[in-house]
Amino acid sequence: MMIASCASLMSALVEPQMGAVLACCQPWIVRNLWLIPALPMAAAGLIALLKQPYKKAAAGLAIGSMFASFLLALCAFSRVLLSWHAGTETRYVLNFDWLSMGASSVQLGWVLDPLAAVMLVMVTFVGLLIFIYSVGYMAHDVNFTRFFCFLALFAGGMLGVIIANSLLLLFMCWEIVGLTSYLLIGFWYFKPAAAAAAKKAFLTTRIGDIFFLLGIAWLFAQTGTTLFYNYGAGAIESGALKVLLSQPGALGLTAAGGIALLIFAGAAGKSGQIPLHVWLPDAMEGPTPVSALIHAATMVAAGVYLVARVYPLMDAGAGPGQTTVALTVVAWIGAATALYGALVAMAQNDIKRILAYSTVSQLGYMMVGLATGGVAVGMFHLITHAFFKALLFLGAGSVIHGCHDEQDIRTMGGLRKEMPATFYTYMVGMLALSGFPIFFSGFWSKDAIVGSAHNWVGSQGPFWMLLTGALLTAFYMTRQIALVFFGKWRGDGHAHESPLVMTAPLGILAFFAVVLGVLGTPAWPWFTGFLESRAVPFDWAGFAEPGLLPLMGVASLIVFAGLGLGWMLYGSKPRETAEALDPVERALPTPFGWLAHRLYFDELYGVTVLRWYGWLAGLSGWLDTAVWGGLVALVAGGFRELGRVNKAVDTKWIDGSFDKGCEELVTGGGVLAWLQAGRSPGYLRLLAFGVLVLAGLALLASAVSGQVRL
Amino acid sequence: MFGVGVPFFLASFITLVGALAAATMRNLVHCALSLTVAFGGLALLYLQLGAQFAGFAQILVYIGAVAILVVFAILLTRGVGTSLIHVYARKWGLGLVIAAGVFALLGWALVTSLPGAQAVAEPEVSMLEIGRALMSTYVLPLEIVAVLLTVSLIGAVIVAMPEGKTKEDGR
Amino acid sequence: MTPLAAYLLLAALVFAIGLGIALTRRAAILVLIGIELMLNAANLNLIAFWRFGPHPEALTGMMFAIFSIAVAAAEAAVGLGLVIAYHRHSRTADLDAMTRMKG
Repeated sequence: MMIASCASLMSALVEPQMGAVLACCQPWIVRNLWLIPALPMAAAGLIALLKQPYKKAAAGLAIGSMFASFLLALCAFSRVLLSWHAGTETRYVLNFDWLSMGASSVQLGWVLDPLAAVMLVMVTFVGLLIFIYSVGYMAHDVNFTRFFCFLALFAGGMLGVIIANSLLLLFMCWEIVGLTSYLLIGFWYFKPAAAAAAKKAFLTTRIGDIFFLLGIAWLFAQTGTTLFYNYGAGAIESGALKVLLSQPGALGLTAAGGIALLIFAGAAGKSGQIPLHVWLPDAMEGPTPVSALIHAATMVAAGVYLVARVYPLMDAGAGPGQTTVALTVVAWIGAATALYGALVAMAQNDIKRILAYSTVSQLGYMMVGLATGGVAVGMFHLITHAFFKALLFLGAGSVIHGCHDEQDIRTMGGLRKEMPATFYTYMVGMLALSGFPIFFSGFWSKDAIVGSAHNWVGSQGPFWMLLTGALLTAFYMTRQIALVFFGKWRGDGHAHESPLVMTAPLGILAFFAVVLGVLGTPAWPWFTGFLESRAVPFDWAGFAEPGLLPLMGVASLIVFAGLGLGWMLYGSKPRETAEALDPVERALPTPFGWLAHRLYFDELYGVTVLRWYGWLAGLSGWLDTAVWGGLVALVAGGFRELGRVNKAVDTKWIDGSFDKGCEELVTGGGVLAWLQAGRSPGYLRLLAFGVLVLAGLALLASAVSGQVRL
Repeated sequence: MFGVGVPFFLASFITLVGALAAATMRNLVHCALSLTVAFGGLALLYLQLGAQFAGFAQILVYIGAVAILVVFAILLTRGVGTSLIHVYARKWGLGLVIAAGVFALLGWALVTSLPGAQAVAEPEVSMLEIGRALMSTYVLPLEIVAVLLTVSLIGAVIVAMPEGKTKEDGR
Repeated sequence: MTPLAAYLLLAALVFAIGLGIALTRRAAILVLIGIELMLNAANLNLIAFWRFGPHPEALTGMMFAIFSIAVAAAEAAVGLGLVIAYHRHSRTADLDAMTRMKG
């Protein structure tokens, strides 16, 4: 595909599209934007050719390509920044023909705008840090090279999703990301749990992808293009949107609404929204860097990014003070997911599973942010979440590494003494996630979401759900920290701190988890301005927005309440043994049991969907073996019988006739031989008889002719 | 009868008796000797017809050479204790029928097609004329016959030669 | 019946007898004897026709008969040589047993 696209690119350079900016006039970085995903993919290809022992080469290739992509992403970011400050157009688009079918053609392209730029920097930076971390984490693993091959391929796919200007290209890279997610979750494929988890992840996201593909097809059918931006002719630009709004969809929706919901279904699968969230916690079977990169920072964010990308479509038709059906659906599902994730996280005992449900919950927050407050609100939380969730996961990986691959928090405790670096960075991440006021980025991003939910025209339901979720978030994170780092050590053996190659990325991520908050404060909403390409002056008056300060106060109180409750239950009365009951469990055993069993979502699916699917598969199997197989067997049997008849005919008739012929020949030869046996008396007689006959004939002839008078 | 005299009947009687005897005798030597008698009768007939040379040639060659040859051959091919049990060959009746048929055909043709009596003067043939004819008109046949006789002589010798040495060489 | 007819009839009879000998007897040599008789009968025919036919001074008939005698003698020699050779090989002169080419 890359070769074809390069060829198409060359042709695009020679034959520009009508009204488009010539490719050669685009800035250098825009022309070479494709390098950003191509370099990690090329690295993955090269690593795939290496043998397992070449660990340094593999790691070097992967990290090198990621670093190069990071530099290019910084170039792209600076270009957008420059054009933002210059006040010119901040969206650069480069389209080319991929498939030409006569007059029409399928076009692909890439786009560089503030949204893409900020995502590029985030993904490459966090990815780079996680790559470096993996060198330490996977150092003792036999399949080191394979790991980096898949990681690089994933990075390439994810970056491709970000820069794609075409839904088709986005979908292709989406699939690459899904594939690598499967490969990485099931990295330790010899563990049955890991293999099953990988399959579950792939199939669940597949369900979302089916709807996504339907949406793409519908969009292409209605607008004739899959490009997002094409100088006015793109699928989410005003012309196409007018068309889509006028076409009816299903169930009283317009085509725009229908397509938007279908695309959201794909995003819901990838981003683990209810009901397609079931794969995310199981995905923790993969190595921790995988969980950090894919299931915290990047891949799950791809769904959010997709919704942000097609936001004009989702928002189409809604005037000021209104919201569309699609966005309402997104908001409610997001809120439900946020609450669900937080509830279930309270009752989990695996350090990574708590973080997994936390991710589910935070993804719900992002979706609500997008639906209620717009692209900037949702994306800001995505960026900050990427950093602190990656930090938390890497910290958890450090803890697991230090506790010799132990993951149950009931058997940990008091680790702040043995693993100080991990502890402090983990603390930073936890406070950011909980939304501790002012100093931590999580506060600003989550507060923006809560604020926009409060101001939403649709309903206040999401708002209350999000507040509850915030309370619970603080609560379960405190629980986790208390059980892991405080109290006394409940495990076997001794814990030890992780090497520098693992703790250095933790520190860098912690730094950003704090600092990034600066970009989104109401006083200086730099992030919002950047994404919307408008000027953003620093103004303390931003805080004076009506209702903002009280809301911030309420949110802070809730966070403190959660922290305090958690500390009260778990921190002040440290757990004695690993087998001791959880305080909440003691108090409310039944609800706790429900939560510990993830509200029985998996069981529900097992009873309903999986059973129906199994039945359908059984039916298909029966159909295949009995009916189609029967038909095939029938045909085959027919041919076999034909063959048998053929053979019989051949043996009996053809061979038989030939044999008979030969026999006849032999007999005839025998007869002829008998004739020539050398019986001279017989010959003599014959001779004499012949003479007699001939003489008689001659005489008769001459008598007839009158020569002889008889 | 037939306008021929008694000598004809006598000579023909001798010939026929000899021939029939040769046809029916068991002993091969007797057959050969009766053949000789038949040859003799034929010689008499030639003499009666005025072909003296032919008659004497008949006596010289046939009786004097061929008959002797036949007797020699019979004597040489006699096996020890071989006496032909059966005189006649298998299916001798068929042969007889064919021979009879031939005679019938010839006889019928003869009887029905010969013209009436014509008296022809007896030719005067002298040896001188015969000699002259042999050397002039019939010189080619003469020479050819000479070659033929040489070849047949050599051939007969080779054919009848014992195989002795060649058999051992050919092993 | 002319004298020619008588001679010819006799010749035919001798010929028939010679043929009968050749066809009905078992001994191989008797075939040769029969052949000789047949040849002789033909000779008689020739001489008879020479005597009673036109142009006896041309000596045609007699010459023919002479040559026939010579050829017959040569042929008898070769034939008997063959019989002797065969007899040396297989100790028999039985015509019915001379079927070495039986397939």
